[in-house]
Amino acid sequence: MSAAEPLLRVEDLHVEFPTEDGLVHAVDGITYQVLPGRTLGIVGESGSGKTVSSLTTLGLTRRQGARISGRIMFGGQDLVTLPEDQLRAIRGNEIAMVFQDPLSSLHPLYKVGKQLIEAVRAHRDVSKAVARARAVELLGLVGIPDPANRVDQFPHEFSGGMRQRVMIAMALANEPKLLIADEPTTALDVTVQAQILALMERLQRELGMAIVIITHDLGVVAEMADDIAVMYAGRIVETASTTQVFGAPEHPYTWGLLRSIPRLDGSRHDDLVPIPGTPPSLINPPSGCHFHPRCPYAQPDHARIDPALQAVEDDPDHHVACLLDSRARKELWGRLSSGDTPEQALAAVGTTGEPA
Amino acid sequence: MIRYIIRRLLWGLLLLVIVCALTFIFFRILPTGNPALLRAGRDPQPHLVKEIEGVLGLNKPLIVQFWVYLKEVFLHFNFGYSYYNQEAVRSLIAERLGATASLAIGAAVLWIVAGLSVGIISALRRHTFLDRAAMGTALVLISAPEFWLGLITLYLFASDIGKFKILPGAGSYVGITSDPWKWFTSLILPWIVLASGSAAIYARLMRSSLSETMKEDFIRTARAKGLNEAAVVRQGVRAAVNPIFTLFGLEIGVLLGGAVLIETVFNIPGIGRLNYVAISSSDFPVTQGTVLLASMFIIVANIVVDIAYAYLDPRVRYS
Repeated sequence: MSAAEPLLRVEDLHVEFPTEDGLVHAVDGITYQVLPGRTLGIVGESGSGKTVSSLTTLGLTRRQGARISGRIMFGGQDLVTLPEDQLRAIRGNEIAMVFQDPLSSLHPLYKVGKQLIEAVRAHRDVSKAVARARAVELLGLVGIPDPANRVDQFPHEFSGGMRQRVMIAMALANEPKLLIADEPTTALDVTVQAQILALMERLQRELGMAIVIITHDLGVVAEMADDIAVMYAGRIVETASTTQVFGAPEHPYTWGLLRSIPRLDGSRHDDLVPIPGTPPSLINPPSGCHFHPRCPYAQPDHARIDPALQAVEDDPDHHVACLLDSRARKELWGRLSSGDTPEQALAAVGTTGEPA
Repeated sequence: MIRYIIRRLLWGLLLLVIVCALTFIFFRILPTGNPALLRAGRDPQPHLVKEIEGVLGLNKPLIVQFWVYLKEVFLHFNFGYSYYNQEAVRSLIAERLGATASLAIGAAVLWIVAGLSVGIISALRRHTFLDRAAMGTALVLISAPEFWLGLITLYLFASDIGKFKILPGAGSYVGITSDPWKWFTSLILPWIVLASGSAAIYARLMRSSLSETMKEDFIRTARAKGLNEAAVVRQGVRAAVNPIFTLFGLEIGVLLGGAVLIETVFNIPGIGRLNYVAISSSDFPVTQGTVLLASMFIIVANIVVDIAYAYLDPRVRYS
């Protein structure tokens, strides 16, 4: 990462929801930053806190009774403590958001034109006619054919991919500096997914905005992201450039994610390796390292010691929260990427880096 | 769409014939049934009863009577003549239409406005004291019989017998043309009582519908766009009203049923009270006329609601 001033800086963010079953620690102290014009991919399983953290950026978890602490610095202001009306001036204007399911995210009874016009007029004092012209322009920008007529149609008259283009057009209405895309392609067909990602990349180039893309799909971040933050159980366990995450991942959870996706260059006989177990409860998260119950390399003391996110030895931009010895991690990944099972790798390497 | 409307209208017509048949049969098999007997005076001579039956056409076979009745209703819009004073049912109804329309329209407006606004406020202030108080009151109003509620309000607020002599009570109705202000004040209590049940149901429906709607993704989108909360709520209300709107046609029927009781309790010279008097004196033609009119109104209201729904929800297309 360069020394440029970050556009968004999240510092030690905690988001907790009081529920009848107890306090849900949805986001448990995360820190990351987004540089202008760059793309950060936030990756993790469902329930890892990636959506909650981004909704909190826009203040959208406030009315759900969330307890929020930490700082979210944007343009010299802390979005955590910013009053609602000032935050509203930022929403959809400087920071915009695209959601997972475009059908349920658009109002079913309003024409898309009306919904776009609303987005424009929420932040600009322009006439309806001007806003409507802008709506047509936006629909054209996101590649919807015949925008002058489509603007008068209802969301149900659009296909899934076209609806997501409408959502993107709405997010871009005021040319935001930051676009947060929460699983923007998950609800779409694979071919349409690629189109939407290509569209977002093109718009990023044209408009120069930064993107935070939230996904469980490593293929999406490989395509889109400059940097990646891997989230597990409300925490960031690893963050690095995309090249580093795919080339030299340091965290056993990241290894698990990488090994659970099919690879074109792999042998057909290579088995996909799922991560054993299920994501932990966020009400009573595991003690110590949150990943230790599912980690094949966990040692007894990992259940006690809470790992901090620290830079790895030779790369100040690559951070990992793991209690394993750094030499052991390199050896283990080397074994895993050449086809060993975790058991074989562990037997060969041990947990200290010394051959066992 | 046109085909759909025509089909609905034809079905409505058939439904009216069935309603005709049902009222016709019901009122003729009731035990107090023979109007000739009722009109023949004390200790009637059998030949007198027969003569009266002949005058009223009651000696003909039922099916012939029914056919004559149907023809008159549908071809000449003639609902027959009262057994008691020979007046045309049509004119009896016409004389009283104003009072009933005043009562029903006013109550419907109050029902919609009060029901929806209380529901919206409750949904947005869920689990507060205000919400609990409103929903508790609604439950009482849904459960309370209208005639009882009517008597209670008269006892409390009527200017003649009330504890707090605030508003005109029973028998104070005047037509809107003779004195608009007296017309308005005399109807305040009847409007409130008649609207209370439906308004309470609507308040509860709107509360649950809007609470659910406010959790929808498109509400989150509206907030993420930076819309102010009033605009966000407007979007929610627009979507929440739709499922409730379909019940409007049904609730109209309940309202008209209530009008019979309210007009009786408040002594308003309307169609409801006409019907009540006609039932208690076995005046078949009048009863049939009023029931038929009410049915026609409910059927038309439902067709209008269904057609309007297609415009309210663009996803609905009838074929």
